[in-house]
Amino acid sequence: MWVDAIMAMGVNHKTAPVEIREQLTFSGDCQTTIRQLKEIPGCDECYFLSTCNRVEILFVSREQENTARAVRQFLFGHTRLTDAEIDRHSYFYRGIPAIDHLFRVAASLDSMIVGEPQILGQLKQAYRDATEEQSTGTILNRLLHKAFSVAKRVRTETNIGGGAASISFAAVQLARKIFGELKGKKVMLIGAGEMAELAAEHLITQGIDHVTVANRTLERAATLARTFNGSAISLPEVVGRLEEVDIVISSTGATDLILRRDDVKPLMRQRRNRPLFLIDIAVPRDLDPKLNDLENIYLYDIDDLKNVVEVNKSERTKEAASAERIVEEEVLKFGQWLENMEVSPTIAAIRKKGETIKAQELAKTLASLDHLSAKEKKAVEALAASIVNKMLHDPMLCLKANCRPEEKRQKLDLTRKLFNLDPPSPPAPRDTAGR
Amino acid sequence: MNDLLFLGTLSVYVLTTAAYLVYFIRQNKILRDTARAILITAGVIHTLCIIIRYFEAGHTPLTSMHETVSFFAWSMTWGFLSFRWRYEVKNFGAFVSPVITGLMVIAALSPSEIRELQPALQSNWLPVHASIAIMANGFLALSFCGGLMYLRQEREIKYKHFGFFYSRLPSLEALDNLNYHSVVIGFCLMTLGIITGSIWAKQAWGAYWQWDPKETWSLITWLIYAALLHQRLTVGWRRRRAAIMAIIGFAAAMFTLWGVSYLLEGVHSYVG
Repeated sequence: MWVDAIMAMGVNHKTAPVEIREQLTFSGDCQTTIRQLKEIPGCDECYFLSTCNRVEILFVSREQENTARAVRQFLFGHTRLTDAEIDRHSYFYRGIPAIDHLFRVAASLDSMIVGEPQILGQLKQAYRDATEEQSTGTILNRLLHKAFSVAKRVRTETNIGGGAASISFAAVQLARKIFGELKGKKVMLIGAGEMAELAAEHLITQGIDHVTVANRTLERAATLARTFNGSAISLPEVVGRLEEVDIVISSTGATDLILRRDDVKPLMRQRRNRPLFLIDIAVPRDLDPKLNDLENIYLYDIDDLKNVVEVNKSERTKEAASAERIVEEEVLKFGQWLENMEVSPTIAAIRKKGETIKAQELAKTLASLDHLSAKEKKAVEALAASIVNKMLHDPMLCLKANCRPEEKRQKLDLTRKLFNLDPPSPPAPRDTAGR
Repeated sequence: MNDLLFLGTLSVYVLTTAAYLVYFIRQNKILRDTARAILITAGVIHTLCIIIRYFEAGHTPLTSMHETVSFFAWSMTWGFLSFRWRYEVKNFGAFVSPVITGLMVIAALSPSEIRELQPALQSNWLPVHASIAIMANGFLALSFCGGLMYLRQEREIKYKHFGFFYSRLPSLEALDNLNYHSVVIGFCLMTLGIITGSIWAKQAWGAYWQWDPKETWSLITWLIYAALLHQRLTVGWRRRRAAIMAIIGFAAAMFTLWGVSYLLEGVHSYVG
């Protein structure tokens, strides 16, 4: 059975601490690693994924035991780990569990932050490297394309990537709930901290129009403002400029409050009650907590944002349950496909298709030819049967002929496509694999 | 015949509401499209129902409580659908469809027999004045729903407890825009309704305005919305205040429609 020829081996952030994972770094690029992997005897197809949270190899082999041993040697040979340590810190899956593992990784269910989107890109890159080395064949190609489409399905059918999982994204999401579109909105940074800079960058990708930077030292403000194509002001100017901005991110090291309720209150009338979103990521706080009492002002401090992130994370965990169900379903389907990828079920399916077409067409034709005698009807039926049989004869011979396993898989795959034996097949491989 | 069709319409509305509410909980796009398709169906059957009643009665079917409330629900349905066509307000349907269904239930509970047209109502102004005035209510009801959604969503954001509603309700900006647009349309229709009404009054009763309770209350309602729009355009009363005003204004509009008819006596009291 081919299903048992699929194996996955590796370490990830759950099984191994970073001290172990860093020992597994491979010199050179992934393609060199893949070339070395391909040399392993019995390794028909392989692919190699290495990110900061995981190093893993997916391979297909008929000589399962030997190849698995060689791959293990390849992965851990250059480390100082004992056999017992390797067993403790690595995982090895064969057959259905290996497929399940890959799908879970692709769907970001195995990630440190469940639902984070980067892993899919890393997976696609790894697959691209493998295809460039031509180390994947019928099975891994299909398996990886399927993994991409499972990831896509999980993303569209569950809310796993929904809530922001970092403070700066949480701020952006809140801003979108307040302002709708962020296009044309203006943001002011008070203090030039790293986190404020990050949040501002996220906001700019959302279409923020203009960034004003206020800082104790004007020089630092000017430098930062230049990177955002914005303008720089000094701290005392802040209140005066508040009228024109929509979002304020404050992160100064000041021990005292920068903005007080009574400074801002008169401004709201001038602003014609346009809402103001204040984000205070400084400790001690820069912005007067009482500002939140004013109408159309929404003040969030660092703890509020952290809470948002926590809530989102638990929400993601809940969504993960339905994602697991999708993965399970797709694993079953893939197992079914593998089972059908044998010669006899394929031949049976082609025969059945021929018979069905013959029966349908005969019924249609004979219905309009009632003047035929029984004998003539028989002759028409025999004609139809022999056309179908002769037509299918050569493809079947070709399928049954002996050849190398990879060639056989390609033949089977192509045949199943030509005769459309696995409808429907929604994943559009080209577009998920390319680019 | 017409009663049966009306009950059919009502049941399609009930189905729509159920679909929208399930969509609100489950957030499945297929459900949303289904709900919208069912609502369009309901709207079409409802239109047929009103047209048939027009021919059965031989006059514009806007003279009894049953007829006016049914037309009110009809205006809300098509007002809502017209908004859908212009822009998307996430999950608005889950708030609007229960109100529509509620109105239909009220209409179903009111006596639905076709009555002779009173002499005072035999005028070409009847269809014009009554339909415009009720259509105004349809749009004001939409702004009422938007106002409720706004207040709920603002609470979530201001007090930072992100519950069931936060992710499901649209942005404050979208709700405020919705509020503004529906109030503007509703207000214009209401103004037209009052103007046509007073022209008709001049013809029927000889005076443009005679401080009949219905007239007085519609003027009060009109002033509330006029104040809302004026403040919005001059000093920027938007968002929360606009939402509260839209809710108050709608309460006044509903009192004009029902309270006046049942509680206060006046020349307008043939509707009821």
